[in-house]
Amino acid sequence: MNDFLAERVVGNATSSFTEHLAAVRPDLLPSNRVVPSDASHLSPHGTTVVAMSFAGGVLMAGDRRATMGSMIASRHIEKVFPADQYSVLGIAGAAGLAVDIVRLFQVELEHYEKIEGTLLSLEGKATRLGAMIRANLSLALQGLAVVPLFAGFDLYQGVGRLFSYDVTGGRYEELEHHSVGSGSVFARGALKKLWRPGLAEADAVRVSVEALFDAADDDSATGGPDPLRQLWPVVYTVTRVGNRRASENELAQIAGDIFEQRSIAGREA
Amino acid sequence: MTQPFYVSPEQVMKDRADFARKGIARGRSVVVLCCRDGIALVAENPSPSLHKIGEIYDKIAFAAVGKYNEFESLRQAGVRYADVRGYSYDRVDVTGRGLASVYAQSLGAVFTAEQKPLEVELTVAEVGHDVGSDHLFRLTFDGSIADERRFVVMGGAAERVAEAVIGGWSAEASFAEAIQLAAKALRDERTDPTLSLEVAVLDRKSETGRGLRRAFRRISQDELTELLTGPI
Repeated sequence: MNDFLAERVVGNATSSFTEHLAAVRPDLLPSNRVVPSDASHLSPHGTTVVAMSFAGGVLMAGDRRATMGSMIASRHIEKVFPADQYSVLGIAGAAGLAVDIVRLFQVELEHYEKIEGTLLSLEGKATRLGAMIRANLSLALQGLAVVPLFAGFDLYQGVGRLFSYDVTGGRYEELEHHSVGSGSVFARGALKKLWRPGLAEADAVRVSVEALFDAADDDSATGGPDPLRQLWPVVYTVTRVGNRRASENELAQIAGDIFEQRSIAGREA
Repeated sequence: MTQPFYVSPEQVMKDRADFARKGIARGRSVVVLCCRDGIALVAENPSPSLHKIGEIYDKIAFAAVGKYNEFESLRQAGVRYADVRGYSYDRVDVTGRGLASVYAQSLGAVFTAEQKPLEVELTVAEVGHDVGSDHLFRLTFDGSIADERRFVVMGGAAERVAEAVIGGWSAEASFAEAIQLAAKALRDERTDPTLSLEVAVLDRKSETGRGLRRAFRRISQDELTELLTGPI
């Protein structure tokens, strides 16, 4: 009897918020939704996210557009979020579900930190995110795929690291740079030419804005810098001291410079 | 068949209360006090890793005395309650009052229904915009809840430590002054000159000062030594 009770107590002692929700409030989990066989037309889609390493950290940036079919669903959506103090995640795919997964992941990390009194390792965080994406597989097959990109500063190794995922939860560490979403092909092309080893933080921010600029140029679902509404990409950098969101002024300046340079060149972009 | 002896409910409750009080009286004291900079939580704790003070949510902290395994599971339950609530509603909907009331219900249920009451005493502290809007909820083993002002002292020598704190308390004190006051009150109580303290704060200005929503911050041993020996 006592053994049985002790086992039960140990079994219930979880540091994972997701496991706790699955036990007490499974209805709150994003992956537990029941949707009709094909729901892809129901949800707006978030598009391009780019990430890269630079000297002393990693960077992640996302454009501001969500689309439904050929329509623009939102010009203001944000797709890159701080996960905790030392990591950020960006999401492409079904926007509503993606935002819920981000929220769950943020609580998951904070919950672990509060229960255990220590931060989860970067590898541990990347694994948890993979498990969440895997839990979402059946929804992905019904057209609601969410594909994240995860970046953070590894406090043990003292380097910034970058992880990409597939819809089955497979996790792959990326070197140098990566991008996801509909405009990722064009962004990747731009990154291959613009990225260099040991970029300074400020240069990395510029490279990310320019890569998104190129993605928006050729992909209708990616939004470029919008001087009319003063909308710029969301850019986060993560270094040893934690994450930082690039200011509006900084981004407006960079976007202005890119417009100017490209119009001076007078070429077909 | 043997009949159990009749014991009056008054006697049962009294025995349980005495049992719990005895357990708590053995514990070392904890002081939680409001000040200008926020709320300071100061515990006498020989262990650097088995904490008596913990973070629950953005503006809410937890302090306890008594049996470690019992208050640790209450702390974890509090974190789970707060995180589920914040996730299913919004972060601002997690309040100290709500949490304290859940704690009161579980302590009360255990006190009346279980074999033995929990030998713990808790404080749920919630930092507000100013000292007037801070909340300190003190919870005892039988589920009683009290909304305290200014400061709370729990543990074996609570009354004597409280007397020492009450004289020096000020709403205008900085964290350094509040922590020094609490440390002095705890030290005077003990004959042993070495006193290991566990200290954390709920920073009133965490959002403007550090850009963090989470107000809870542990004070490291080095920082504490500096605070206790340095000028006020």
